[in-house]
Amino acid sequence: MTTQSVADERSVRLVAFRQTISRWDVKVSPYLYISPFFILFAITGLFPLLYTGYVSLHEWSLIGGEGDYVGFDNFAFVLGQEKFWVSLRNTFSIFLFSSVPQVLLALVIAAVLDTNIKAKTFWRMGVLLPYIVTPVAIAIIFGVMFADKYGIINTFLGGLGIDPIGWHSDVIPSHIAIATMVNFRWTGYQALIFLAAMQAIPRDYYEAAMIDGASRVRRFFSITIPQLRPTIIFVVVTSTIGGLQIFDEPRLYDQFGRGGADGQWRTLTMYIYNLGWVESNFGRASAVAWLLFIIIIIFGALNLFISRQISNGGSKVKK
Amino acid sequence: MSTLTKEAAAESIAKNRAPKSKTRGALINKPGWLGYSFLGLVMVAAIYPIYWAFMIGSGDQTTITKREVIALPGPNFLDNALQVISNPTVNFWVAIGNSIIVSTIVSISVVFFSTLAGYAFSKLRFKGRGGLLYFVIATLAVPTQLAVVPLFIVMVNLKLAGTLPAVILPALVSAFGVFWMTQYLEQALPYELIEAARVDGASMFRTFWSIALPSARPAAAMLALFIFIQTWTNFFWPFIVLDKDSQTLPVALSVLSNNYFDDYSLILAGAVVSILPLFVLFLVTGRQLVKGIMEGAVKG
Repeated sequence: MTTQSVADERSVRLVAFRQTISRWDVKVSPYLYISPFFILFAITGLFPLLYTGYVSLHEWSLIGGEGDYVGFDNFAFVLGQEKFWVSLRNTFSIFLFSSVPQVLLALVIAAVLDTNIKAKTFWRMGVLLPYIVTPVAIAIIFGVMFADKYGIINTFLGGLGIDPIGWHSDVIPSHIAIATMVNFRWTGYQALIFLAAMQAIPRDYYEAAMIDGASRVRRFFSITIPQLRPTIIFVVVTSTIGGLQIFDEPRLYDQFGRGGADGQWRTLTMYIYNLGWVESNFGRASAVAWLLFIIIIIFGALNLFISRQISNGGSKVKK
Repeated sequence: MSTLTKEAAAESIAKNRAPKSKTRGALINKPGWLGYSFLGLVMVAAIYPIYWAFMIGSGDQTTITKREVIALPGPNFLDNALQVISNPTVNFWVAIGNSIIVSTIVSISVVFFSTLAGYAFSKLRFKGRGGLLYFVIATLAVPTQLAVVPLFIVMVNLKLAGTLPAVILPALVSAFGVFWMTQYLEQALPYELIEAARVDGASMFRTFWSIALPSARPAAAMLALFIFIQTWTNFFWPFIVLDKDSQTLPVALSVLSNNYFDDYSLILAGAVVSILPLFVLFLVTGRQLVKGIMEGAVKG
């Protein structure tokens, strides 16, 4: 009898205890589950980003560590360097040569893949193949292909009767060569993204347009492009964020990694590396990092705005 | 009026024709020889640089000067590859091992933490959920790669510079991964299943483990694949923080290109060898990769 009531009491208490635990479980668990992301992002993303600002306001060397507070001296110094402006020019030039042709070509590839072709998976995998090649390997291979003297590209152009081009020695050709590496790796990938978006467009639109007598080209510009608007914006903005940080391809375009004799293809991220790990000046490297950070944010927002305007115009025409 | 009839006509035609072909767009878009030759050209552009590297890499020092656009591979690829792999300065075997370790750990970690967070964001109710999810997505636009200076200082202070954890630690979570799993679980995991498990007395974690995790499997596999490739091909940060003994494959490849710049057959043989592991992975999983990119695009 007594043992029975003790047991009852115990089980009642146990149930109450379990309920408390369970209530806490429900309340706390969600935060617990998302916390690894936020904790690790704070330590390895947010903190270093803010700390970059702190370092940029100090004299700071690779070996000696933190020095005096110098205000905006590091910023003033790098902004007064021709190297900074050349790097900025190179970064934007390479970005333009890679993003614009890449998006256009990817759209055309996607449009062809969107037809009723045979062996769909084969073609899709084929265009995606370059994506799995390390940028370092791409840069080494293309660096040799684009060699000024024995390069296969110049040999090929020679066969067409074109004079050899200074793919390494000249500014614009070197930018085109580096942009070609980026395009090689990413065009197929972007094409698949566009293809997926194209397949989501209701086919009735096309059939209606056909009955109206719209040509294939007209259908592409009046239906496909406006319908792809959000996807194009997405691709442009993400490739802006990545493209302006380009490092691997220009770094390995030749064996010296300095961005050419006159820095003709040195990008801003390469400049950060050179300041920090070649000249051992962390303060100045951080200043450039912050400047590039701001440029990316501004330019990303600008791109978002522009591509919105453009595709808005497109959809207005359609309606 | 006229548009109305046109639409009606289009609809009736569509209806009439629909049963004939199940493939969408079959009527409108039959690719001609032009389409096929265009795709063929794209394919050649995608494969030729790799083939060319193999061709030079299978010859000897003089092959590069022969100026042939298309030629058959030479007999020396294995010799060249072995020479590169066994070279003590380049340390290729160690690099391949390191790349496997880093990419595997990072993939597993990202998948686990992303699924955990994605489950919470998509299926659990808690204060600040919307705002926090927005924050995760916003971090996608932050170029954290640029914060290498402080990250390097931290790794030196923790005595991790020159070790694999220096590359692994910053990559353990991914905003893209969290977003990806949230999107997937949102539609793939019915609330009824979760409630049933809860009614049966399963704890929150038990519910996650035996209900959410299994149903997340398809998306998790794709995420793992992406993160593996991304980590494997990553260069900038490993190049800065790793040294000769801890280098990953792309870093070793950059060393190779600096050490042998007079013999392109060796450099290019090394480049081809470095492509092989992911190429094999691609042959096995390429189909899933294509599917993953396309599904991600529709949602994103």
